[in-house]
This record gives sequence, C-alpha cells and structure tokens, in this order.
Amino acid sequence: MRRGLALGLALLAAGCASANGDPRDPFEGMNRGVYRFNETLDEFVARPVARTYRELLHNEIRMRVRNFFSNLADPFIGVNNMLQGKFADGASDWARFAFNSTLGLLGVHDVASDMGYDKHNEDFGQTFGRWGVGFGPYLVLPLFGPSSVRDGTGTAVDWYTDPLGLVDSNRVRYTLVGVRLTQQRADLLDASQLLEEAALDRYVFLRDAYFQRRRSLIYDGRPPREDVNDTPDKPVN
Amino acid sequence: MKNAIAVLASLLLACSALAQDTATPDALVKNVTLEVVEIISKDKEIKAGSRSKLIQLIEEKVLPHFNFASMAALAMGQNWNKANSEQKKAVTEEFKTLLVRTYASALSAYSEQKFEFRPLRAKPTDTDVTVQVRVLQPGTQPVPIDYSMEKTAAGWKVYDVMVGGVSLVVNYRTEFSNSVRNTGIDGLIRELQGKNKSLEAGGAKK
Repeated sequence: MRRGLALGLALLAAGCASANGDPRDPFEGMNRGVYRFNETLDEFVARPVARTYRELLHNEIRMRVRNFFSNLADPFIGVNNMLQGKFADGASDWARFAFNSTLGLLGVHDVASDMGYDKHNEDFGQTFGRWGVGFGPYLVLPLFGPSSVRDGTGTAVDWYTDPLGLVDSNRVRYTLVGVRLTQQRADLLDASQLLEEAALDRYVFLRDAYFQRRRSLIYDGRPPREDVNDTPDKPVN
Repeated sequence: MKNAIAVLASLLLACSALAQDTATPDALVKNVTLEVVEIISKDKEIKAGSRSKLIQLIEEKVLPHFNFASMAALAMGQNWNKANSEQKKAVTEEFKTLLVRTYASALSAYSEQKFEFRPLRAKPTDTDVTVQVRVLQPGTQPVPIDYSMEKTAAGWKVYDVMVGGVSLVVNYRTEFSNSVRNTGIDGLIRELQGKNKSLEAGGAKK
C-alpha cells in the first residue's frame, strides 16, 4: 500500500502537463493514466469481489462487518475532531468507541448511535483543510482514487495511524485490510453504477464530485456558499 | 342567490387550487418522497426491475416539481446566454432525460431506507429555499439530500439537488463547458443525445 503511494509520488515528480487546462488539475495527463489503471483494477478485481461478497453475505452480516471496522476508526476520528477544536464531537467519538467496544461486542453492534452519539466522518485531510491548508493539485492515487496533495498526505497519516497496523501477524493484518476494502467497495457498488450512467466524462465528473464532497466534509456539511455566477451570496440554512 | 352560490363555489375551488400551489416546499418534498417510495415498495413490476415502469412513475409524480430549464441554465453557466432558444430547448430536454434515467437508477437501489425530513428554516416570504432530507441507513452516516427550490408562478420547483454535499448541477458544469469549448453547443446536444441513447440501449438489456 505504501509502495503504491511512493509510486504515485514518483509519477508526480515525473509530472506531465496537460492540455485541457483545469487549473486545479495540473497533472491531468498523469492522473488520467492512474485513473485508467484504477478503473481496470476495479473492473477485473475489486468490483467482482465486492459483488460476490454482497451476494454471498446477508445484509445483516455485512452490517456487522461495517460496524466492526467503523468502530476501529472512531478513536482517530475523535483525534481529528479534537485537532479541529471540535471537543464535544471528539469526546462523543471516544464515547462511541468505549460503548461499542464493550456493550456493542467489539463494535459489531452500534449501540452508541442508539444512545445518541452520532457517527462522524473525519480524517487527517479534513483536519489539514480545517486548519486552512488548500487542496493543492488534484491527484489520482493508485488504488485510493481521487485525492489531492493535501488529502493524499492526510491519507498517508491515516494509514500510519490505522489501528490494523497494530496487528502483529502479517497474514491476519492483510486479511483484515482486504475484508475492509471489500466491504467499502461493496457499499459503493450502487453509487459507482450511478456515476457510470450519469457522467458524460467520468474522469471529469468524479474530479468535480471529489472537490465538492471534500469541501462539504471539511465544513461538516455546511460549507459557505460558493460564488455561483450571478447568484448573490446567501446565508446557508 | 344562485349566482352568489356559484361565485362562492368557484372561490372555494380557486382557494383550494391556490392552497395546492403555495403548499410549503418542505411538505411538498415529504409528500412526493413518501408517495414515490410507497409505490416502489408495492408495485410488482417495479420490484421485478421494470425500468420503463419506474421511469413512467418518475415522469408522473416527480417531474412536475422540477424546473429543468433552470437546471440546464445553471449547468451551462455563461454558455446558456450564447445558446439560441432552440438549443436551449434541446439541452433542457436531453438533460431532463439523462437526469430522469439517473434518478431511476438511484431509486432502483432503494431498499427500505428511512427518511428524516428536517423542518424548513425559512421565512414565509422567501422565494428560494433549501429543503433538507436525510436518508438513514443503519451502520453508516446518514446521507444528506438537499433540494434547492424556487417559488414560481406554478408553485415550488426544484432547481438543484445536493447529495452528500455534491450539487448535481454544479457537477455537470465542467463537463458541459468542456464539451461546448471543444464542439460548440450543438456538440454538447449531440453528446447528451448519444449518452441517452446508449443508456436506453443498456437499460433494455437489464
């Protein structure tokens, strides 16, 4: 996985300028290359595996798997909320981890949500964004897909702090990582099908969706309105 | 006397028609969503995967509440003003077809998720509001869906949908402007037509 990142950075250093000039995507030529690589990998490996996973396992079981990995992520989601100054949210994330790991039997039952501790979506890329770091150039990372210099750095830190890294046995660790990736891809099957149908140019559509989505996440779903042509600024909500 | 009753009756009719048109936007979203979901979960043909029946349902129940000309204009940005009225009509029509098909795919993935309808925070005089809905799925963060709606002479109309913070209209903007820059507005229309044709062909297989 880290080797993939290193490869991406090496490719970045090799850098190739693009013609169709989106200022956010100066490495479009290289990015499209990695994008095609990811698409091929997805078509022949990730998607078939995810489909099989979804067909073999009942929704109920997939939910338990999802909960298990979701619970493992909560401590560092809390760290990120703390780093962003959202102390109540951070404390709530840690409470989630405490309740779900114990009462929720190692996280397979999300009892904390029922108790009113909402699940949050945070990562180091969002924390950097909250601190005022801009996206930087758009990057398509091998395996990970749409990212940017800022979020790619965030992803590297996410991986470094991944609790699965604590698992000693290589075999167990890789298995867990594999199951988690499969689970995540399975959850996205419908969305990726939709993307395929909706987009004229999937690469461009995905890139725009990435920027919009990340911007929304950094502001926890309440981003300040962007200047949309002639629409005057209006308060959100 | 008879006249008076007739006047009263027509006044009542007018009032009820008016009440329909000015129904609050959040109530409109809620009613339409729940009605469509109810039909989907009961209709045998749709459950068996009939795409044409699903599209028919969307055209009947959902389309009247969208302002596709607004959506096409927003997606085209500055190029909209460079288009003549026929081109505007064609873009709107093709964009509508594409969005309906996409919407049908989204709905066919629907499986018993629950909705949470957020109370509308707007003044009664507002003519541009955002109606917030959250799709609840056990085990994951709720997915927020925001409908941007404007008040028109024909009632409240949706002009943009944001899913998880991603605006549908904004997301088409780069694609549209690339297409117009490379092949002109007619090129964009051809591209949309081609896309819709290939979806139709693909949909027939399913």
